[in-house]
Amino acid sequence: MIISYTIMPEIFQYSFILRGLEAGIIIALIAPVIGIFLVLRRYSLIADTLSHVSLAGVAIGLILNINPLITAIISAVVSSIVIERLRLSKRIFGESALAIFLSGSLALAIILISLNHGFRVDLFNYLFGSITTVRQADVYIIFILGLLVIAGIFAFYKELVYITVDEEAAQVSGISTRLINILLIVFAALTVSLAIPIVGVLLIGALIVIPVVTALQLRKSFKQTIFIAEIVSVFSVTFGIISSFYLNLSAGGVIVLINIIILLLTFIIKEFKH
Amino acid sequence: MRKVNTEIIVKLEKVSFSYTKEEAVKNVSLLVHKGDYTGIIGPNGGGKSTLLKLMLGILKPNKGTVELFGTDINHFKDWQKIGYVPQKAHVDTNFPVTVEEMVAMGRYGLRGLFHFPTREDKEKVYQALKHVDMVDFRNKQMSDLSGGQQQRVFIARALATEPEIIFLDEPTVGVDVKTQKQFYELLRILNRKLELTLVLVSHELDVVAHESNELGYINRTLEYYGEPTEFLKGAYFHELIGIGGLHH
Repeated sequence: MIISYTIMPEIFQYSFILRGLEAGIIIALIAPVIGIFLVLRRYSLIADTLSHVSLAGVAIGLILNINPLITAIISAVVSSIVIERLRLSKRIFGESALAIFLSGSLALAIILISLNHGFRVDLFNYLFGSITTVRQADVYIIFILGLLVIAGIFAFYKELVYITVDEEAAQVSGISTRLINILLIVFAALTVSLAIPIVGVLLIGALIVIPVVTALQLRKSFKQTIFIAEIVSVFSVTFGIISSFYLNLSAGGVIVLINIIILLLTFIIKEFKH
Repeated sequence: MRKVNTEIIVKLEKVSFSYTKEEAVKNVSLLVHKGDYTGIIGPNGGGKSTLLKLMLGILKPNKGTVELFGTDINHFKDWQKIGYVPQKAHVDTNFPVTVEEMVAMGRYGLRGLFHFPTREDKEKVYQALKHVDMVDFRNKQMSDLSGGQQQRVFIARALATEPEIIFLDEPTVGVDVKTQKQFYELLRILNRKLELTLVLVSHELDVVAHESNELGYINRTLEYYGEPTEFLKGAYFHELIGIGGLHH
């Protein structure tokens, strides 16, 4: 109790920490519900691809002097739809589409950065995430779009679960698998781009994937798995942001490392039980 | 003809389909009537599963038409009348779902957006599990079940939809002989007591020929379609057995 009385007032005197926490917790809540579908559909890599696309979006935003979060969201959502269409057309493998978009957008981002030397520092924040990057407008955007993603997942929960378990049976039950697949990838794009200011381009894939992988180790029901992943995710983000404040570390880096430590502990405890 | 007045549930007319240049299914026409227990048999790679997917609209024919309950499949909406038991290999059974959650999926297509399972849904799930004798396993993980038990759960999922017809794709692959026997007994009960129409795709020629009351033999083209007894009697069957490669 003594600790909380001494720590809390100090940390909450800084509005950027509050903004970071607000935005971070929203992201922490969305990431696993998207993540579980991506991981189980063996589509985890899409998170990384979309984050690199978002980086190109951030660079465009910085050049045009528009809020980079907005340009990141637009570029991720548009690319996600193109990627899904490419996958469906079967002209190239889904995986190759991801690789092409990943390297292509990274190339675009690098060229845009080298054209404009002025925003290197800014960009570093977007690469690795920083709570100081979060502006008040970002919190509103993250809150509204975050709610949209949660509502979307809630609305299509049954359909998402069914196509993830058994796509053909879902189709035969009358579910439009095409629509649900595109929705999932658009939700993933929104989540990834919203998470960029906090966790950063290079680390967002981890926040989407690792809490889910940890929860899967416990072999619970689908709903319990999501619940456990949520707890891991929110804990890691909160802890990461607070420790980045006190220890002056990168929030994104701490978040990902905490997640990996929890996953390792889960493995060890599981082995021990056997 | 004994089935002149019975409702036609599946109608295929001159259906052809190819994945590549070569046709996997060629010029197939057939009718499945209400109450039929239709077995589709044939060699591996002969187009059995492809035919089933064409009947269900998972694949679209290059030529010919498919009708379900008298409606062209492209305009068919009554999917709650259809139950589907996929090949087990196509379902990720390491998925974190309990038996109950898996069976509840059979009710998903019936409910619109934002609709979460009602008491009625739960009751139907329970009934479906009862039919396949898996009630005691309802809280178990799918991945903890044996192949035969998983297959029963997939049947329960199809039953939970309360369909009029169930399509089964190679349901007994990878299960032992005893389980297989119990499985065919269950299908017999579904067909006779619950009056469900069944379409069963299998490579187990001899078992299916004895269990079904309508039999199709497909090896790209539908080489035989009619009474199983006729098929078993005919020189054709003996010729096939002689060739071998049909028993696995």
